Amino acid sequence: MNNLLKIYKDSLRIRKVEQAISDNYQVQGQPQLMRCPIHLSIGQELLAAVFCSMLTVQDKLFSTHRCHAHYLAKGGSLERMLAEIHGRATGCIGGRGGSMHLTDVKVGMIASVPIVASAIPLAVGSALTSLIDKQSDISSAIFGEACLEEGVTHESMNFASLKKLPVIFVCENNMYSVYTNISERQPNRDLTLIGKAHDIQSFRCDGNSSDELIDTFQEAVSMTRNGGGPTFVVVDTYRWLEHCGPSYDNHLGYRSEVEFLKWQKKDGLEQLLQKLISSNILTIENQFLLEAEINHEIAKAFEFAVNSPMPKPADASTHIYA
Amino acid sequence: MTTKLISTGMAIRDGIAEAGKHNNDVILFAEGLNDPAAVYGTTKNLAEIYGSDRMIEMPISENGLCGVAIGAAMMGKRPVISLHRVEFALLAVEQIFNNAAKLHYISNGQHRVPLVIRAIIGRGWGQGPEHSQSLETLFSYIPGLKVLMPTFPNDAKGMIISAIEDENPVIILEHRWCHYITGEVEDGYIKSDLIHPAKIKDGNDFTLVASSFMVIEAMQACDQLHKLGISIDLFDLRVLRPLNLGTIMDSIGKTGRLMTVDIGFKTLGIGAEIVSEVVATKFTDLKSAPIRLGLPDHPLPSSVGYIDGLYVDSVKIFKSIAETLGIAQSKISVGIASLRERRAKVPLDIPDPSFKGPF
Repeated sequence: MNNLLKIYKDSLRIRKVEQAISDNYQVQGQPQLMRCPIHLSIGQELLAAVFCSMLTVQDKLFSTHRCHAHYLAKGGSLERMLAEIHGRATGCIGGRGGSMHLTDVKVGMIASVPIVASAIPLAVGSALTSLIDKQSDISSAIFGEACLEEGVTHESMNFASLKKLPVIFVCENNMYSVYTNISERQPNRDLTLIGKAHDIQSFRCDGNSSDELIDTFQEAVSMTRNGGGPTFVVVDTYRWLEHCGPSYDNHLGYRSEVEFLKWQKKDGLEQLLQKLISSNILTIENQFLLEAEINHEIAKAFEFAVNSPMPKPADASTHIYA
Repeated sequence: MTTKLISTGMAIRDGIAEAGKHNNDVILFAEGLNDPAAVYGTTKNLAEIYGSDRMIEMPISENGLCGVAIGAAMMGKRPVISLHRVEFALLAVEQIFNNAAKLHYISNGQHRVPLVIRAIIGRGWGQGPEHSQSLETLFSYIPGLKVLMPTFPNDAKGMIISAIEDENPVIILEHRWCHYITGEVEDGYIKSDLIHPAKIKDGNDFTLVASSFMVIEAMQACDQLHKLGISIDLFDLRVLRPLNLGTIMDSIGKTGRLMTVDIGFKTLGIGAEIVSEVVATKFTDLKSAPIRLGLPDHPLPSSVGYIDGLYVDSVKIFKSIAETLGIAQSKISVGIASLRERRAKVPLDIPDPSFKGPF
């Protein structure tokens, strides 16, 4: 149950960080300080918190443009993440990549790559290295369901299965690629069939259910960690905000308000909070304290970012070659 | 120093063997790595050195496996991917351009991608439009990549070893006809410079810069020009990215004249870049307009019927230089006849045996 509390704290922290980025992104009458595209994870936090709670620092994680939740759950530095989004020299990659490339190598957040599915084979290559060197760590790629439309995903799964590599493919199915619903992009099928077609053990679970997430990822992680080869986990979830930017976008009409409300009502964080309260793990008072603690950490991290120096133009041409 | 007379193709194979002995982190990927053809023999009999763990048969998934190799390189391996034709690298351009070339930069120096991609350029025997492109400009356009074009055996062995030792992604474009070139190759673990062009001939009247198989054509032309008392500073470009033109600029200071010969298209070729840099920095040293030779602006058809006059050859190089220097037409005609005679009995779609050397 301590684990549940940690998962709640981690998910809540992710949500509050994302909310703070959203709130501060464009403030009327103030110059914009975060000058890069942002892809927020509100609504999708729980799976990152659950999955990463089962990974060690040695385990390698690869992500996409929507990488904030994965980076934070894996233990990436919040200060350096916000500095990166603010384009500062103290950013996790010195302001070279911005929000879509979050990296913190020392905690195993190896790379985030915004080109759809581009990081998936990197995770497989990382797993190949572990297999050749007989290391016990596992590698994972978390990606959106649009990656199932990219050839490189199938190439990666085919090879991972052929070599029985220690890699977990985690698909966040939020049903939308920018403004386009999955029904316009893929046939109506059980997405786990894709993993199964590559002879990979495949799972599917509700991204708003901490119980389902925990059970599913425990099974997948244990299988891959114990030499069972790759696993594939599809998590059904929903992105509350727009694809890119700080706002809600239900007014655009590409998805209905009814659909949004249905998913918001199923909010996994709220469900988990109720569960923690009803099982006396967390009191309302402690929840307030927890929120205050997180708010304080976020405020300090923003302060760090905003007060950090900008990179120098002369440094734009360093690190082209090693 | 012990040497043996072998071809560029075998020298590359020996370089891969030496690199594998030298460093356990070197791993190999190819489609048909261990098949009877072994990538034109360039990956033959490596199992004893590499063992099965380090020799990875590549599913027909160029982008995926290139990404896998990049991921392995980020984690400390030194993968070498061999592709039978450079056209297959096009399937992997997303991984090469976005990840291999940029991960060191994007990560602010935290990641390194010590990866080698060998890609072979085809020519002749009806290879046709999608088996005979060279595409070196495409890869050379991208900062973060290194792009090499080996010609001679000893250099090729040193280049593959140095490329594998390099901390950066290196694309090696091997012309299939260069694989047949022979020469004395040093035994053991030898390295080559991955920075400078190589001076092949020393002269005063013209600076000639060629790459890959065009170096061989240029050498034939130089021999014929020599008979007319013309001496050429001939460079084998070798390294297309990063492009280091220092020695070529020095040569222009001496000769005041420049010809570039691209193995690929003339338009937007490496020659265009070299000429523009020379004109921009050595304008007042130039005695005549630089000359650029390269392939015409159309795909390369399969039938031998189309080929006459299509590729740049020693005749075109000889003729352009001799005319620029004001040599009498009668002497030029004799030189051309002599060059043509050498391959009179050899069909145009196979390499002239005299091109094999030894050099």
